[in-house]
Amino acid sequence: MKLEDFELGGTQLKASDFKTGKVLTTEWKPDLKYAWDNGVAIGRYLAEFKEGRIIARVCHKCDRIMLPPRMFCELCFRPTDEWMYVKDTGVINTFSIAKVNWDASRRGPKEPPLLPAVIEIDGASEGMGIMHMLGEADPKDFKIGMKVKAVWKKPEDRTGAITDILYFKPVAAGTEDKNKGRPEGRGKEVR
Amino acid sequence: MAITEKITDTTVPTFWEGAIPVRYVYTFGLAGEKFFRTVKDKGTFLATYCEECDISFVPPKVYCDRCFKELDSYIDVGTLGYVETFTLSFRNMDGSEKEIPKILAMVRIGDTDGGLIHYLEGLEIDEIAIGMPVKAVLKPKSQRKGSIEDIIGFGPIK
Amino acid sequence: MGMRKVAIVGAGITKFVRRAQETGKELSWQASKMALESCDLTLDDIDMVTLGTAPDAFDGVHMKGEYLADGAGAIGKPYMRHYVGGGTGVFSPIHGWFHVASGMADICLVVAEEKMSSCHPHPQGAFLTIFDHTTEQPLMPTLIWIFALEMHRYMETYGISKADIAQVSVKNKRNAMDHPSAQVAGNITVEDVLSSETLCWPVNRLDISPASDGAAAIVIASERVARRLTDKPVWIDGIGHSIDTAYWATRDLSYPRYVETAARMAYDMAGIKEPDKEIHIAEPYDPFDYKELHHMEGLMLCPRGKAAQLTADGITARDGNMPICPSGGALGVGNPIAATGLMKIIEIFLQLRGEAGKRQVPGNPRCGLAQAWGDLMQMGTVVVMRS
Repeated sequence: MKLEDFELGGTQLKASDFKTGKVLTTEWKPDLKYAWDNGVAIGRYLAEFKEGRIIARVCHKCDRIMLPPRMFCELCFRPTDEWMYVKDTGVINTFSIAKVNWDASRRGPKEPPLLPAVIEIDGASEGMGIMHMLGEADPKDFKIGMKVKAVWKKPEDRTGAITDILYFKPVAAGTEDKNKGRPEGRGKEVR
Repeated sequence: MAITEKITDTTVPTFWEGAIPVRYVYTFGLAGEKFFRTVKDKGTFLATYCEECDISFVPPKVYCDRCFKELDSYIDVGTLGYVETFTLSFRNMDGSEKEIPKILAMVRIGDTDGGLIHYLEGLEIDEIAIGMPVKAVLKPKSQRKGSIEDIIGFGPIK
Repeated sequence: MGMRKVAIVGAGITKFVRRAQETGKELSWQASKMALESCDLTLDDIDMVTLGTAPDAFDGVHMKGEYLADGAGAIGKPYMRHYVGGGTGVFSPIHGWFHVASGMADICLVVAEEKMSSCHPHPQGAFLTIFDHTTEQPLMPTLIWIFALEMHRYMETYGISKADIAQVSVKNKRNAMDHPSAQVAGNITVEDVLSSETLCWPVNRLDISPASDGAAAIVIASERVARRLTDKPVWIDGIGHSIDTAYWATRDLSYPRYVETAARMAYDMAGIKEPDKEIHIAEPYDPFDYKELHHMEGLMLCPRGKAAQLTADGITARDGNMPICPSGGALGVGNPIAATGLMKIIEIFLQLRGEAGKRQVPGNPRCGLAQAWGDLMQMGTVVVMRS
């Protein structure tokens, strides 16, 4: 058989065919709202955001300090063992300079680009990144591997959401955290 | 081994709210386009028929779903039918009570194997019986747009 | 392993278009009907049907599998739907393979469909909800972010430039000029890609495959039946699928480990020891141009970080030593998610039979591979085929 020997289906329409009524259409806007239970781990994670802290969970079997926290270790398939605060600083694993919004609409000429990033949080196990935003510097000045620090909303504006961190900003040269790199030991258990 | 840390205070659990912020625009397809155009312009229903399987489709399909044959001739089957089954709806989508219950029926069209789900109009509840003949009540032609809403419902044959 | 040999014996496909007039059912029927005709079968000959289709949120039809059943020829037959995101289309023949290899069916119709145009303002909106609702969605991500983040990391790790990557888009869109289903084929240059609109740096408009409507279908059969139906069966000699964690931000973004795991499963089954020598032709998933390179490396068709060089050297061109995406891929033919993966399977099927027309690669390829990838950058699906 050859594809070329068949008359293939699929009738192409133009976007304007919808507007001019060349073809009939019907519309539906789902009117659905969801309330997702946070559960134990994410519930605590968000509650700590409200306090301006980031908390992780530790699995004693594989020794991972995990972000976002989870009550079971998906690798060892056993309950995780303890809570641990990690820092609100980290290292840029990767980032983008986004000129489109979530629905593929373009950001206007006066709207600054969005700077989504994966940030590996200091104090968590190596490679434990979270997705968040970068800010406060020119997009051109960010580099993979750069040290960044969370910029939190004012305490009274925090709601217990990941958006309680506005974005991560570069750690200015000379003001870097003295405990550079991984902290020693497991940190302080908080329960 | 179990996850020992549990939330036991019922005021503690938290949740996150959201929605799926999209809307949809559906085309009616090759057969659907013909069907609803004809409702709009001519005020009648079209069917397709598979001779092989002796089965007819309302709304029409471009293929027979039994033998996969292409069905490309459309038959005008009129707007008469009979009540195959019906139900009464007492509640609105949000759970509130309707002032007047809505009668929803499956109406078999003509002598086809197909049918439409729609409202029964102009009938008292105790007048309705399975098997009773009904006729489509259409909006005036000027108000028809080519959609299932061009049909107001099915009413009694006077 | 006690499983029966399984072959592909027929194929069908629609054009891939941005907006189809046909309903999803009608597209499915068009592709399925063609697949049956291509091997002189009727629906009566089909024992079971499997259907691949991506999120219900694209078509805006809940229970999309059930909705599409009659267009997929499934009425009155055993029928299963599968869905592993962008990996769906290559999972489709795997799902069918289980049906036939196990002995439960002799002939199975495998259908894949997507109608993304229903979703407004843009199918990207439906992707919002694949991100974690509590820890990621509040940032209002688009799927392009996650690709841009991965592409940037890949470039950084291996020192690859945007121009290196853009060659993939140029190659695939050119290859697609010979594919009768193609939606966005064209003769473009690297400069065109680099100067196209920047969406999420480093991703430009022409680095991305389009949103599409389309369907594809194949017929697969047990060895005994396949030999009766055709003198050119194409054997499914290896299948592999593997999933990684949805905590995507905790992974190595420069290397698709889940593709390697899936590939190793398929290679073990097919007895392939040196994939770069034994695989003659491949259709890795290319929704973005860098993904073709990423996946070639995950498939171990070349060392890590070296796929761009192979592209620059023309090795992956249709007349190169290892043709990659001779169909034109998602970048050129279009990307109706599930149907794209099956389009790739169909391309390898035709290439191994010497029936790919103007797209035919030289040298009588005997062994080919199709691969797809999906969910939250975590699912790998691989099928190895031999003539």
